[in-house]
Amino acid sequence: MTHDEIRRAFLEELTHVAPDLDAATIGGGDHLQDDLELDSMDILNLVIALNARFGVAIPEADYRRIATPDLAVAYLAEKTAKPAGTGG
Amino acid sequence: MSVFTMPSLGADMEAGKLVEWLVKPGDQVRHGDVVAVVETQKGAIEIEVFDDGIVERLDAELGQTLPVGAALAEIRSIGEAAAAAPAAQPAAEVVEARMPAAAPTPVLTPAPTASPPKQRVAAGLGASPAARARAAELGIDLADIKGSGPGGAIVLADVTAPATEPAPTSAAPDRGAFIAEMRRAIAAAMTRSKREIPHYYVTHTVDLGAAMAWLDAVNAGRPPEERLLMGALLMKAVALAAASEAAFNGHFGPEGFHPTERVHLGLAVALRGGGLVAPAILDADRLSLAALMGAMRDLTARVRAGRLRSSEMNMATLTYSGLGETGVESMAGIIVPPQVALVTSGAPQPMALVRDGAVVARPAVTFTLAADHRVSDGRLGARFLSEIDQRLQSPEAL
Repeated sequence: MTHDEIRRAFLEELTHVAPDLDAATIGGGDHLQDDLELDSMDILNLVIALNARFGVAIPEADYRRIATPDLAVAYLAEKTAKPAGTGG
Repeated sequence: MSVFTMPSLGADMEAGKLVEWLVKPGDQVRHGDVVAVVETQKGAIEIEVFDDGIVERLDAELGQTLPVGAALAEIRSIGEAAAAAPAAQPAAEVVEARMPAAAPTPVLTPAPTASPPKQRVAAGLGASPAARARAAELGIDLADIKGSGPGGAIVLADVTAPATEPAPTSAAPDRGAFIAEMRRAIAAAMTRSKREIPHYYVTHTVDLGAAMAWLDAVNAGRPPEERLLMGALLMKAVALAAASEAAFNGHFGPEGFHPTERVHLGLAVALRGGGLVAPAILDADRLSLAALMGAMRDLTARVRAGRLRSSEMNMATLTYSGLGETGVESMAGIIVPPQVALVTSGAPQPMALVRDGAVVARPAVTFTLAADHRVSDGRLGARFLSEIDQRLQSPEAL
């Protein structure tokens, strides 16, 4: 997957978890909790959705690495690129 | 024959706009069936019926803004003969005349240009609050939009301006007015609560060392969908304490306090852009931690999508409001009538606690109980918070 594809998929899952967000107005540097007002339950719902979509089970210790769309895209690109990764 | 009326949608929501009927005269309904959808400032709410029977007549029309208690339909018991001719006139018009003063500018009234909503057969008209506000701004009927959110809910991305974009008129309620109206409704409900309920407050800090260690061990290696959040442990501890301290769980009505055995714990969820909603998780004290966690995730997702049910809006016997995983140390709240208590907590965080005469840093959380002096007093309130503390020291038993 290219970075653009990953970003599109990430934003799709994000706006599915928080349907009151507008994908067009979300900035790459927006903090999911501080700027976009997701709570911890939303974050977990997002992590579950990302696991289903990318086959990446993000451990809690890595949550800070998906704190913004830019960070998350880089993280997911890294995890899905590994040959040992699940199916990416 | 029984009159099916608009149920209470919570202390701070006194009216809703009928946007969909899911039944028609002649249909059989059962207790718990969703028969209509109303639109409120906090998203769409599915209205459930509480009698078994046959729908005799629909008394409310689509597009009407109906206060709590307004007649929606007549339900005939099974076996009862059909009425000859409807004697009563639709009550909606009558009660509309005494719309609560809490809503000086009825924001739920359709924009002047909007055409009457169409009768639909599609199941559900859920829409997120943001989608509703945008649709109102653009003068688009939600019934004309196909939803792509959870359960077919209409989400912001689905609401797009028509090709021939009508200039937004100043008469159309904008998002700012929408939120202002919600703030007014919350203010009215909270003012009434503070006027009628003699509040007292008790605060206690709980050591979360054991709970945190247990949670980390349990979550390690679990796939995301099986992970627990600290919020579920706090919620369960509150529910169990409520089950054993009757003075904090129930409703205060005209005849006084009615404690209830079942614990339907309201969970406060903040809405983006302001406001909050606190739907109930039924029998929260009897759910396993995994089931409670699942219910909390589901509730949060449906709050975002605007798909709550009327029973969830009015059945809470006690409410819990936590500040999540990050944030300030503590928060004190205002009781949501007709409940008699509200438990709030700050964000769990390392705090300086004294253990064996020495100051140590421990993960901890500060609970605050707001309770009703008509029912209990500080001594009992202290016991309630101590009970929550004890429960959290044995997380494996939650």
